Amino acid sequence: MFGSLLVVVVVVACGPQDPVAPVAPVAPVAPSAATKHFAVRAATLVTMAGAPIADGVVVVRDGKIEQVGPAAEVALPPDLPVVVAKVATPGLIDAHATVGLSGVLNVPHDQDQLEKSAPIQPELRAIDAFHAQDPLVVWLRGFGITTVHTGHGPGALVSGQTMVVKTHGRSVEADVVKPLAMLAVTLGDGGRAAGGKAPGTRAKSVAMLREHLQKAREYAAKRQKDPETPVDLGLETTAKVLAREVPLLVTAHRAHDLLAALRVAKEFEVTVVLDGAAEAYLIGPEILAAGCAVLPHPAMARTGGELKNGTMELAKLLHDAKVPFALQSGYEAYVPKTRVVLWEAGVAVGHGLPAEAALRALTIDAAKLLGVDARLGSLEKGKDADVALFDGDPFEYTSHCIGVVIDGVHHAGVR
Amino acid sequence: MFSTPLWLLGIAVAQQQPHAFVGARIEPVDAPAIERGTLLVHGGRIVALGAVADVKVPDDAVRIDAAGRTIVPGLVCSHSHIGAVAGADGSGPIQPEVRALDAVDPFDPGIQKAQAGGITTVNVMPGSGHLLSGQTVYLKLRDARTVDELAIRAADGTVAGGIKMANGTNPQKEPPFAGTRGKAAALMRAQLHRARDHQKKLAAAKDDASKAPERALGLEALVEVLEGKRVVHHHTHRADDIQTVLRLQQEFGFRCVLHHVSEGWMVADAIAAAKIPCSVIVIDSPGGKLEAANLSLQTAAVLDRAGVLVGLHTDDGITDSRLFLRSAALAVRAGMARDHALAAVTINNARMLDLQDRVGSLSPGKDADFVVLSGDPLSVYTRVLQTWVEGKKVFDLADAKDRLFANGGYGASDGQAQSMCCFGSQEGQ
Repeated sequence: MFGSLLVVVVVVACGPQDPVAPVAPVAPVAPSAATKHFAVRAATLVTMAGAPIADGVVVVRDGKIEQVGPAAEVALPPDLPVVVAKVATPGLIDAHATVGLSGVLNVPHDQDQLEKSAPIQPELRAIDAFHAQDPLVVWLRGFGITTVHTGHGPGALVSGQTMVVKTHGRSVEADVVKPLAMLAVTLGDGGRAAGGKAPGTRAKSVAMLREHLQKAREYAAKRQKDPETPVDLGLETTAKVLAREVPLLVTAHRAHDLLAALRVAKEFEVTVVLDGAAEAYLIGPEILAAGCAVLPHPAMARTGGELKNGTMELAKLLHDAKVPFALQSGYEAYVPKTRVVLWEAGVAVGHGLPAEAALRALTIDAAKLLGVDARLGSLEKGKDADVALFDGDPFEYTSHCIGVVIDGVHHAGVR
Repeated sequence: MFSTPLWLLGIAVAQQQPHAFVGARIEPVDAPAIERGTLLVHGGRIVALGAVADVKVPDDAVRIDAAGRTIVPGLVCSHSHIGAVAGADGSGPIQPEVRALDAVDPFDPGIQKAQAGGITTVNVMPGSGHLLSGQTVYLKLRDARTVDELAIRAADGTVAGGIKMANGTNPQKEPPFAGTRGKAAALMRAQLHRARDHQKKLAAAKDDASKAPERALGLEALVEVLEGKRVVHHHTHRADDIQTVLRLQQEFGFRCVLHHVSEGWMVADAIAAAKIPCSVIVIDSPGGKLEAANLSLQTAAVLDRAGVLVGLHTDDGITDSRLFLRSAALAVRAGMARDHALAAVTINNARMLDLQDRVGSLSPGKDADFVVLSGDPLSVYTRVLQTWVEGKKVFDLADAKDRLFANGGYGASDGQAQSMCCFGSQEGQ
């Protein structure tokens, strides 16, 4: 609210006598991918920094947001290209996916989200596995998703690292926002190793995780004391978890597995983000007391196995309990090979999550949870020019994302 | 012991009195929408529907205020795996003698979840891991304890159903299964030739049992296929696999519905020319398997425009029966006309199951299968409030137990509590 007001004041103070640009009488010109300076104008501009603006404008220059405000108060050069939409929001953030690692074809050669050779491999970097041009990355972009938290998936006790990346589809170097975001852990049935290998039980999983954290603590102390201590890539990563630079992303669904994660978080004073969390509604007070954020499973996730008690109301229940959360597409082993977080949010809204809370969860709340809110998550001056454009209510089944802007580059939507 | 069980009385009570749903927006599907209408049902059938002013509600009718609601026909899903169904086993690629009827678990919560999604008629099929995985069964989602109570019967009393075939990669396995597409087609053609021979022998024997060929359950089912009495429901994705089905269909002349048809948009004209209906799946992203890499959200719209009879299906558990209307909405999003998309989840599917005279639209004389919605059928904000089958309410969002199945939550995937339905005389409802 105050952010956009401030912009208005600045514009009025610095603009010419008549700060109001004439409303374009002809169809506005969409900028090409090469256009560095243009505006987005939306009948409803959802900034996530204050109330939505009716007939709002975002001015984009050199990949950043230069101005935000009501069209009546933002001066636009008459020849400035304008993209028009009914609704514009900050570029959407998928708070957890595996796209780019779990490829579209679902054949062994394009499945890099899970390495099964050992149960604990924190040294596996997402940046070394991300395929920026995978069609599913581009697919998500067509639904307004401009940023994805992706990386190693569930299925091993410690499966590897995750990262935050834009959905340009160029290269990991060009598109990465945060190369090491979280360290992925799986508890419960999903984290068991097959074929009689450890961990074979829940208790063994937690014991091994605790031993690993303990080892990393000792390693960090040793490295601090003696810099000549040989580097251990895995323990180096986990030491960042202990230093609270990197959260543990713990995939678990049953309530008792979620509580095990909270127990480990407390013992080692690490930050845990609960992922999936199908039965989180049974232990709301415990999660709230632990101060954990939750990435609820997609609303349309199949309710089998450990998700048998899953509910399409999970996001609503977390919202009601005031537990911080963001929304995700998750990992899919079969079809759909990726879910579309916008659509998952829509079904959550259809099952009681207020639309405003859903939009927050897809933008600013996700950015905060991922630690990228200085650049992403809202339409504010100086932030990355990431905008999602819609021809109607973004959550409605029949609406379309008509395009996205990522770092000031305009991409088409999916019909 | 010999008194009528209460659950049966329940049906009788529900049918004794006419029920009138007054003031709703009614979308009959086979007729223009009625903005403020009355739907009158009695004896398990639709008696009348029309504008409130035009439908006389009998004095003894139960009158239900449906103002602000939308009523649509009970949804028909032409491809589902609810009921924990399984067909053929691993012993061979072609098993026409196997029946889904013998596998359906009426206590599977998938059935209640489907009711919660407004589905009232469903084609329950064995899977696609075989060239022919068995006979499918058409069910009415009544509240039931046995599959016989669920099964739809044809006029001659036989259980209604089709037969499930598949090509492409799903049925490709080690021998005796087919390892290639060419082998798959050869195996199926050989089997259909055997069935044709059997058919000839049966015809030659006429009514003389002594001349009749030895009973062969599988061949008998395939003779029904060759005679057009049993529809082939054919799983197929890739454009060339679709063409292979069309070739097979032309050679043997069976009645066929193409299912999934991920690349159907590439060969829409060929499908239209062959006059073969398509039951299309709507999936949120392409891929997940090689054959679905070119999947398009526009497939249903493209086929519809080409003149193909198009239905949509859940393929439950691939998509969730509780969100079946979402598939219609996404088809509209991708360019399908709204009324065509509603037909694609109702009357078009009924046509593919030969049930169009009984279900799939709201018209007098048809089964009283309908869904009461809170609003626009194609909106994400709309909830299924009630589902009625043959004049009996089988789902009510206001009921806590039903709500659990509708939304999910603790115990939503556990089997229906049998003690509540089968033994007690007090808890019959």
